[in-house]
Amino acid sequence: MITVGVLGLQGAVREHIHSIERSGHQAVVVKKVEQLNEIDGLILPGGESTTMRRLIDKYAFLEPLRQFGEAGKPIFGTCAGLILLANKITNQEGYHLGLMDMTVTRNAFGRQKESFEATLQIEGVADDYDAVFIRAPYINAVGAGVNVLSTYQGAIVAAEEGPFLCASFHPELTKDDRLVQYFIKKIEESKKHLQVKA
Amino acid sequence: MVNVGTDRVKRGMAEMQKGGVIMDVINAEQAKIAEEAGAVAVMALERVPSDIRKAGGVARMADPTIVEEVMNAVSIPVMAKARIGHIVEARVLESMGVDYIDESEVLTPADEVYHLNKKDYTVPFVCGCRDLGEAARRIGEGASMLRTKGEPGTGNIVEAVRHMREVNAQVRKLVTMSVDEVMTFAKELGAPYEVLLDIKENGRLPVVNFAAGGIATPADAALMMQLGADGVFVGSGIFKSDNPEKFARAIVEATTHYEDYELIARVSKDLGEAMKGIEISTIQPHERMQDRGW
Repeated sequence: MITVGVLGLQGAVREHIHSIERSGHQAVVVKKVEQLNEIDGLILPGGESTTMRRLIDKYAFLEPLRQFGEAGKPIFGTCAGLILLANKITNQEGYHLGLMDMTVTRNAFGRQKESFEATLQIEGVADDYDAVFIRAPYINAVGAGVNVLSTYQGAIVAAEEGPFLCASFHPELTKDDRLVQYFIKKIEESKKHLQVKA
Repeated sequence: MVNVGTDRVKRGMAEMQKGGVIMDVINAEQAKIAEEAGAVAVMALERVPSDIRKAGGVARMADPTIVEEVMNAVSIPVMAKARIGHIVEARVLESMGVDYIDESEVLTPADEVYHLNKKDYTVPFVCGCRDLGEAARRIGEGASMLRTKGEPGTGNIVEAVRHMREVNAQVRKLVTMSVDEVMTFAKELGAPYEVLLDIKENGRLPVVNFAAGGIATPADAALMMQLGADGVFVGSGIFKSDNPEKFARAIVEATTHYEDYELIARVSKDLGEAMKGIEISTIQPHERMQDRGW
């Protein structure tokens, strides 16, 4: 049995919980630092990245989240969550978790009226994935260790690096659970790996 | 295939605001305070509701200069209000790139019969509601987000509580009733039948429903979350209080942790005076903003 947490400080938490449950696994809303010990992997949901960061700081989540990632436990960031994972943000000093070697730009496609849906190819996941982009960020550049999973009009919109996965769009807003299942597979692998190490 | 302004894109934008606080601001400086405090969005206005109430006369869309100033000041989404049924105010705000429009009873209605056909726009809309009939009519017109009407600018939570309870009680009733009974329920509520069927099937409203209209303290915000609000709008409450920065942060925290009473006690300490409230029965019937909308 795998337990997947969803950081529940703000944003589209419930939709991710449903998606995990539809995939046949246990889901937990993570609001307190101690709960990180109960989960095998964590989803950083879509929402407002500035708001989430304020709350992460307020409740001293930043270091525990970094340690969670550095211990090799999988993290999947969607939209705002992708921004939290990056180690470089355009037009902004510093970064949040800095777990993935990539440069991201916030609201890169424009304001809400430019928000859109598009069909994507995602390597190893799907050739026909309906993706919902909302005031979405994209990835400008990635380091050597990062594997690009999907691009849209030349911009990188999904990538992975070791146990970390990220997407500019919102898998939780559709009923298509293939990307979440891909993440759950990552958790299963990491769990085996971490057990062997222990 | 690219699609802008789809239901998923417009409703999804509101989903991202869940668990958050949307704050009324009247200039760039206030917008920055709101963003810094952790607001998920700001509502750019010329006057907050309590000042609109005091000023009387006709309340209209804000001067575009103010909206633009706020849009340039923050990176979180910016909302703005248009008068009920005012097609041109809505189009002007859309052309400026505002992220969400509130077709709002806080402003003086431009049309006393019809609301905007919100399906026509790329920009999403939020609308107020007091019961499921009103909620379903607005959804039928294309609203992508709802909020209680409450009684804006009063600092009195009683109407927002009434509206949130009413909508949720009617949703529960709808969900448990037999399909045979839905048409008559639709007739009683003045609600579009198809919208009700969809709510019945999914067990919930198809869009998020925030609380608005009278939230003046962190405890008020937490109360509305416990009653099932997806998030809260705070209008006059923040910048009419003694210490807006502290007040704004406290409301954000209480909204996130609405069931953590020790935390709410802690953030409620030494906030200074909240905005002065108004007892609803002292408001003249024609001054009740919640009765605007059809």
